[in-house]
Order: sequence, then structure tokens, then C-alpha cells
Amino acid sequence: MTFEEIKNILVAVFGEMISPDEKGLQPSITIPTENIAEICQFLFEDERFYFDYLACITAIDNGPGLATMELIYNLNSIPYGHELMLKIIFPRNTEEQPLPSVSTVSHIWRTADWHEREAFDLFGIQFKNHPDLRRILLPEDWEGHPLRKDYNAQQKYHGINVRSEN
Amino acid sequence: MSERIKTGDGGIILTNAEDLMNWARLSSLWPMGFGLACCAIEMMAAYASHYDLERFGILPRPSPRQSDVMIVAGTVTFKMADRIRRLYEQMPEPRYVISMGSCSNCGGPYWEHGYHVVKGVDKIIPVDIYVPGCPPRPEALIGGFMKLQEKIRGEHPLAPELFLEMEDGVPA
Repeated sequence: MTFEEIKNILVAVFGEMISPDEKGLQPSITIPTENIAEICQFLFEDERFYFDYLACITAIDNGPGLATMELIYNLNSIPYGHELMLKIIFPRNTEEQPLPSVSTVSHIWRTADWHEREAFDLFGIQFKNHPDLRRILLPEDWEGHPLRKDYNAQQKYHGINVRSEN
Repeated sequence: MSERIKTGDGGIILTNAEDLMNWARLSSLWPMGFGLACCAIEMMAAYASHYDLERFGILPRPSPRQSDVMIVAGTVTFKMADRIRRLYEQMPEPRYVISMGSCSNCGGPYWEHGYHVVKGVDKIIPVDIYVPGCPPRPEALIGGFMKLQEKIRGEHPLAPELFLEMEDGVPA
């Protein structure tokens, strides 16, 4: 199935929610953040799509200037061989605000469990209804989320200097 | 080659206990069998048939309790640092540490921009030998072991502390 066909079906079902972007090297569809789980469920279940494989979840921090973050979902259908890139863009929190929160898709694809834990660990994005949202790479007691644009590493970890001394 | 015919009668070697002990120690250095990153691949190559560390009596042990030397082969992350410190503390004395490769020597490529890497394993445990390289070739690791053997050869495991202080010229 081509991107055009996928887009047309999605527009017919979800209407206004679908905003396609065909300019880039890989066409994508941006959807509202609150509908991510609903639309993913549809893409997973609908017989025409059968997106049974979530290849990757990528998080992007656009920095305090734009004050947004993005999540990119790369979906594949193994039996049909077609693919789709979904994007959501949502506001970034400042230091006093709570972390941004997005619905999990781990109940649809088990692989999302660890991908979302990675996004939480390195970018500080909360996933609603995630079964086990803990850090996955960094130690449990690490401070901050290192891949954020405004991240500053802590001075010491368990008595060891984090930064080089000179 | 000598023409001597082996009779099985045995002979006599005169030495002192200290030299004998040092010789025994340096001829059976058992490293702890663990690796952290790409340096571990070179370390495994050094253990394997082509470089054959076993000809020096060096063979990896699966437990810190049975190990004489720890080869820190690879990038030491902060998450790993606690574990390395604990493993080191579990090793019986006398114990030695070989820091293998740039990462464990000084943080390597993560020196400036890596928030997750300890800037040298000597920040957490004492290091006896530093092997440079990224990663060091097996020859370099063998060179590190030769240096460690030299160090052990010069030790005084049996001398009373008073004698050592006299030798160093440090007042007791």
C-alpha cells in the first residue's frame, strides 16, 4: 500500500486529525497527541493495514526556544510490506512543571514497552498507563534526562566526579 | 639444546623463599573473566589460541574470589562503577588491576562530552598497569602483563615492614 492510499483511508476515518507531510525524504503523518493510542489501535487492527510491527519510537527535544518535543513512531506491516511514519508534537515542560505525558502504545505492541522506557529515561517523557515506567539505561538514582537540550550533568555520582577535572 | 640425558634423579635449585613466592605468583596470574566493551574483544583474542595467554599461566577465572588480577577492559560507566568497586573488594589480596584501553585509562572519547562515563577507572580502584590503545592490540595487553610480572618480581611478600621502611629510607 502506498503512502497516498494509507493517508486517504486515515483521512476518511479520522478526518481533521490527520495532517500529512509529504515534503521530506520519508512522508509522515502528524496526529494530535491525545489520539495516539486510538489511531495506533486502528492501524494495528484494521485488515487493510495490519501494522503488526513497531520498528522504532524516536524522541526529539526541540529545545527551550521552540518549547516542544516530538515522538516519531515507525510502523511496518510484515505481511503487506508497507510502512508508515507517525509523528506527535507536544509542549515541553520547564523545570517547575511536571514532565509531558503521552498515552502508551505498549498494550498494542509489546516492543513499545522498552522504547518508551528509553524515551522516559533520556528525554523525560511520561507515558500514561505504561506497565513499568522505570529508567532503562541509566542508574535508578540518576538525576535529569541527558538527551534534553538544556541538560547539565550532576557534579557527583556516588562520590565520583562526573565531569573531567580540567 | 643441551645433550643432557634426563635421568629423573632430580637436582637442586638454591633460591630464597621470597623469590620463589614471587616467581610462583607471577607465573600464575589469574585474571577475573569479565569485559566491558570493545577492549574485551581484544582481550578474548589474547586468551584465544593465536596469542595464547595460557602459556604465561594466565587464564580467566569465573569468580573474583579466585582471581589475582582484574583487567578493566572497556568503558566504565557510572552504573558499572559500583559493580566494579564491589568486584574488586571481593578479590583476595594480593590483587592487581590492569586498566586496558583509553576509556578505562582516562575516559577515552567520552573525556569531555560523556555524562555517563567515569573519567578513568583509577577514580574508583587503584590501578597497577595502564595499557594504552583504543583498543590495545593483544600484544599490548601481553606487554601489560609483562610489566605486571616485573612489578611482582620486585615485591617483598615476606619481609617485615620494618625492613621495608629501612630500605625505602622512610622513618618508622
